[in-house]
Amino acid sequence: MTNMDFTWKIGGAQGEGIDSAGEIFALTLHRMGYYLYAYRHFMSLIKGGHTNYKIRVSTEKRRHRGDQLDLLVAFDQRTIDENLYEMRSGGAVLYNAGAFEPTFPGDADVVPIAVPMQQIAKDHGSIVMTNMAAMGACAALTGLDPSSFDGFIAERYGKHGDEVVANNREVVRAGYQQALDATEWRATLPELPASEKGKKRLFLHGNDALALGAVVAGCRVVAAYPITPATDILYSLLKLLPKYGGVVLQAEDEMAACQMAVGCNFTGVRAMTSTSGPGFSLMTETMGLSGVSETPLVIVDVQRAGPSTGMPTKNEQADAFQAIFSAHGEIQRIVLTPATVEDCFYDIQRAFNLADKYQCPVIVLTDLVLGLSKQTVDIDDLDFEQIAIDRGEILDQEKLNAIVANSGYKRYALTESGISPRALPGQEGGIHIAISYEHNEEGHEDEYPINRVAQTDKRIRKMSTFDPAEFGVTTTGVSNPDLLFVSWGSTIGPIDEARELLAQDGISVGHLHVSVLHPFPTDAVRAAIESAKRVLVVESNAFGQLEQLIKLNVGHFDHLYSHRKYSGEPFRVYEIEARSREVLAQSESVQEVG
Amino acid sequence: MATAVSMKEYRANAQPSTWCPGCGDFAVVAAMQRAMVSLELKPHEVVAVTGIGCSGKFNYYFGSYAFNSMHGRSLPVAQSIKIANKDLVVIAAGGDGDGYGIGVGHFVHACRRNIDITYVVMDNHIYGLTTGQTSPTSEKGFKTKTTPYGAAEYPIRPLPLALSSGCGFIAQGFSGDAKGLQKLFEAAIQHKGFSLVNVFSPCVTFNKDQTYDFWRETLIDLSEDESYDPTDRAKAFQKVSETDGLVKGIIFQQERNDYQQELPNYDPNPLVNQDLSQPGRDRDDLLKPFM
Repeated sequence: MTNMDFTWKIGGAQGEGIDSAGEIFALTLHRMGYYLYAYRHFMSLIKGGHTNYKIRVSTEKRRHRGDQLDLLVAFDQRTIDENLYEMRSGGAVLYNAGAFEPTFPGDADVVPIAVPMQQIAKDHGSIVMTNMAAMGACAALTGLDPSSFDGFIAERYGKHGDEVVANNREVVRAGYQQALDATEWRATLPELPASEKGKKRLFLHGNDALALGAVVAGCRVVAAYPITPATDILYSLLKLLPKYGGVVLQAEDEMAACQMAVGCNFTGVRAMTSTSGPGFSLMTETMGLSGVSETPLVIVDVQRAGPSTGMPTKNEQADAFQAIFSAHGEIQRIVLTPATVEDCFYDIQRAFNLADKYQCPVIVLTDLVLGLSKQTVDIDDLDFEQIAIDRGEILDQEKLNAIVANSGYKRYALTESGISPRALPGQEGGIHIAISYEHNEEGHEDEYPINRVAQTDKRIRKMSTFDPAEFGVTTTGVSNPDLLFVSWGSTIGPIDEARELLAQDGISVGHLHVSVLHPFPTDAVRAAIESAKRVLVVESNAFGQLEQLIKLNVGHFDHLYSHRKYSGEPFRVYEIEARSREVLAQSESVQEVG
Repeated sequence: MATAVSMKEYRANAQPSTWCPGCGDFAVVAAMQRAMVSLELKPHEVVAVTGIGCSGKFNYYFGSYAFNSMHGRSLPVAQSIKIANKDLVVIAAGGDGDGYGIGVGHFVHACRRNIDITYVVMDNHIYGLTTGQTSPTSEKGFKTKTTPYGAAEYPIRPLPLALSSGCGFIAQGFSGDAKGLQKLFEAAIQHKGFSLVNVFSPCVTFNKDQTYDFWRETLIDLSEDESYDPTDRAKAFQKVSETDGLVKGIIFQQERNDYQQELPNYDPNPLVNQDLSQPGRDRDDLLKPFM
């Protein structure tokens, strides 16, 4: 449980190697066999400001950065000022002695540890190795051997020559020694069972997993415009797609990016675009185009705090309404909401299959904390064979010939299922216009009322076989609970932990997690809500978008409560736990207005 | 393998027209069909992409595979179709509003990106389908429904814009010269890389200034000028500047690698034909960087 975990954070100004120090420490522990969860706090600037990298070390999988902090490595006073609130009592602050003289509030119950990291770096290498002096000091404080980082140093800095590698290793050792001498304070890493030691696992974030899943799904083109926090998807795909002749195309804007994804899919190549809120807004017109022209389209929106430019480096789940309702007129679409890194890998594969099957836009809504938080994942949890590629109704030349010989090919044929088989450009006999206008079966502009109704009904009909319950909800905890959490997306991690804490107190608590927001898994959600005494909808937005969707699709419930966070920071376990106890304490006759 | 193609094959797939009688766009469609026939390209090997406007109906009347996108968005779709299947011949067609107004951002980037497609702009200096508003190529002072006191803005000059954006093939034609147009289209399609053919295509209903007679009297035919060297970008700038763009013929042509040739691991096999199951067999390799 939480108290057995070790939490560590390094902070300083952006440009001081904070991220790379965090990642080296995290990967070292990850490769030792621990489960890691890493959380980056950063700002939309290149130099200065405040950035930090927090890791949580445990012996079982955690999807949350942890409420507390055991050891803080501070490169400046601002790091102390901004992060002291998180320190557990008796925790330690390792600071860059000589660079600044730290001050603490009078009631701070922390152990300051002075190690002149910058000086050590200067003495044994160069000032840019200050973060490696910190690594050495942290090794001393956590009982690691200073040689633990040797492998990484060779991996990362080998290209700069043997001297740089040797100097880095020396800086680590000097930092190690000085920290040993400076304090008696020691942190205890959780005890690793022998069977876990050195176990090979993956360390990746949602954006990485999504890129991997896309390639496995047969995606060969991603057209996108750089935007935080979605750009890492492009970086991952740049490493993956060229192996398969695929293309990462940086478009001039998000309108072009989305249109390009449509063009490729029309031609028969699986393509997607990835973006965040502001870019997603620009893609709205193309969603409509995909809908009416019945061209498959996959859009990934790694949500960040809006509206408008909002807070580009902060978390929020506030694009659900946009994903579901945007684009003028009425179109069919599917909105998937992965909750975990593993979900990112699988949901993008599902998205491509669904887009091909239903010939409509499929939106995959992740968020910043899921997209950018690297964490340990078991290799077997990314199963490359779980989801088979299903291209839906694309005609091969033989089938197309048969249709041509029989009745002639009509792109928008009024079929019973509502799904009209696609011919691909290049095929003989399949010539058609994929079209943004309302059209008849042949794909010709057509505004006759009877045709309009027939084509609209066809497009509605094709979704009738989509069953959101198939992979749309997961339930954990007890059934018929006193308290039921309802949530979507990356909040699953802190909710899981809050649920466990409440259950330990003997409280009957369950959790319904929704993974498809549209079409809404109405029946499953209704059943779960009706089975619970009280329901708490937890989400990272101000308007309660999931809660509104429940009201819209399922109905009004007197026993529904909400917990919304829209500060830009992900949830903490204690916040959810506290709100849960508050809701449980409410007398049954008192209703709360959400 | 190319086999003989006839106009009939294109016309068989074309719809009856709703353009005004006398519209310059008829000649553009016919010249493009003749160019395809001359190059022995079958309709199913060709994709024509349009946006919105009178020009957006180009592909209704043309007779190949087609994608009708949204206003201003023909180029992103057309470029991506070529990325997905480079064996296809891809044409984008639009008007001056579609291409130089709402879609001008895509135009500039298509020029520098150099994907091997042909872009035909039917430039009539007016918004026709919305019944007569000023367009990005309308001359300053041009009176329309939205500029009753005359257009306040200076017009877009497509030729120098394309020249400065790195376009490798720039030609200009006129609907009153069907043979000349066909030749330009053939050259544009055969050019490896992004090519622009700007066509003065009179709107007989809403533009009484830039008429067939106007263009016939004003345009200088560069093909008749033996001293003109279309491979010299500086000279091309000079020419379009001296003539204020009132020329027809090939203004500039210079081959360079197209976008796809510049990509890492360029594969001559079209993407659409690739085996999608390969990554599934490469699991260990794909996961290794994350360990």
